[in-house]
Amino acid sequence: MTSASTPTVPKLSLEGVSQVYDGARGKTQALGPMSLEVAPRESVAILGPSGCGKSTSLLIACGLLKPTQGAALVDGAVVTRPRLETGLILQDFGLMPWKTVEQNAGLGLQVRRVSKRERRERVADALARVGLSDFAKAYPAELSGGMRQRLAMARALACDIDLLLMDEPLSALDALLREEMQNMLKRTWRESGYAQVLVTHSIEEAVFLGQRVVVMTPRPGRIAFTLYNSEMCADDWRDDPLFFERCRQLREVLRGSAAGEGTDASAESGASDFANASDAPGTSAACSEEVCHA
Amino acid sequence: MRKDGIARKLIGYALAIVFILAGWQVTAMLVDNAALPGPAEAFPMVVQYAGDLWPAFLVSLYRVVAAMLIGTVLAIPLGLACGRSPRVDAVFAPVLYFLYPLPKVVLLPVLIVLMGLADAPKITLIAITIFFQVLVTVRDAAQSVPEQAVMSMRSLGAGRLDVYRHVIVPATLPELFTALRISSGTAVAILFFAESLAGSTGLGYFIVDAWALLAYPKMFAGIIAMALLGVILYEFFDIAERRLTKWRRVG
Repeated sequence: MTSASTPTVPKLSLEGVSQVYDGARGKTQALGPMSLEVAPRESVAILGPSGCGKSTSLLIACGLLKPTQGAALVDGAVVTRPRLETGLILQDFGLMPWKTVEQNAGLGLQVRRVSKRERRERVADALARVGLSDFAKAYPAELSGGMRQRLAMARALACDIDLLLMDEPLSALDALLREEMQNMLKRTWRESGYAQVLVTHSIEEAVFLGQRVVVMTPRPGRIAFTLYNSEMCADDWRDDPLFFERCRQLREVLRGSAAGEGTDASAESGASDFANASDAPGTSAACSEEVCHA
Repeated sequence: MRKDGIARKLIGYALAIVFILAGWQVTAMLVDNAALPGPAEAFPMVVQYAGDLWPAFLVSLYRVVAAMLIGTVLAIPLGLACGRSPRVDAVFAPVLYFLYPLPKVVLLPVLIVLMGLADAPKITLIAITIFFQVLVTVRDAAQSVPEQAVMSMRSLGAGRLDVYRHVIVPATLPELFTALRISSGTAVAILFFAESLAGSTGLGYFIVDAWALLAYPKMFAGIIAMALLGVILYEFFDIAERRLTKWRRVG
């Protein structure tokens, strides 16, 4: 589909993006400068305290917000407006209460003027993939929290995305459902082969879903720490001792960054196998190819 | 289950009607004055004067519907624009601030001088009143549309018009219909005022004319017709709202 996306070209790259807001009390630097590359099919989790600009970085990446400085590139081209193949899932899922499940799922295709027939096919396919086929005519109010989450996913899938950006997509769900949805997110990502960026404030979620976990500093957000976490593709990863070790490690890093330490240390994790994995996106892409995707 | 619900609703309406008629009858008996006949006398009067009432009813219906249509059609786009664009709002908000509380009915003499005694001043007066009510409601509703919904829509590649079509307009519909239902009562009240003061057509004139001639049964037939006009408008907006905002009654 996107022939330009060879492993050497990152799917997404944020190049020194920063965001400055003009507020009542003068200018506020909300983000950056921040640089991040995400390889095709890679899964990156961004972890950080509230207000560190995590969400801002996603809005920049999907073309909804113009960075004050720097640029966001997808497939090597500067993003100036939202593209169909970039999916964005927000905390409240951004569903329209006045549209049925299938209308919601087809919204992206509809605004891109995709023919009704093709739309119907792609929506039916996407709903089947998230297990919502029986609810096509229902309204979001009739769905449970988990089903709404899956509907948001279906809307992205219907657009045939190659990049999925998620801003705390699970924070509105209760703990058990969260785990179930994390499994769903991981399964869909592995089956579909899009790259994903997940913004979260849950350490467990980041370690469960991110091949790479990026820790950001408090405002203005910069990348303070990168954890390489390719083992996340293992079965029963949630019960793996290494999973707990990684969570513990991140907790320490976060504690340190909250205390104002290590804000500029772009340190790499001590995980021996992947300590040599450089920031070059090709490395992790190859890994995700081998370990994670069928 | 649905049939059950409809049956229960019909029973509710029937009980309400019985209750109102009974209250009316008791009041009429207590007052014991020709100006307030009970329902048993009043309804035959409507039938008796049907020949005169019907044309007056149609004229009044035309005026109030035309006025509400004009007022609403003009108010919705401006309300949406004010609600979504701080720049547009900055221009119109101060104007609204002063004009909204102004009782528009006091403009009737001016309108009559400018437009004569026919339909125009009546329709204009009602339209102006409806315009402000709908404008303020739509503006406030459009302002409170959740930003996340707009963001999501834009992230799908929606342009400005798509955002209005798929997000802003549907989100403001419930408030719009509430405003229209409430305004329909105001509209009928202003219609009575305007028709009773100027011209020689419509239900308002019918009522006041009968009143002047001390023809109380005829007057009361007019009052019932005017009440019916209000009920019809209210029900129309109620049904339209049910149809267009189905999503609010699920889950």
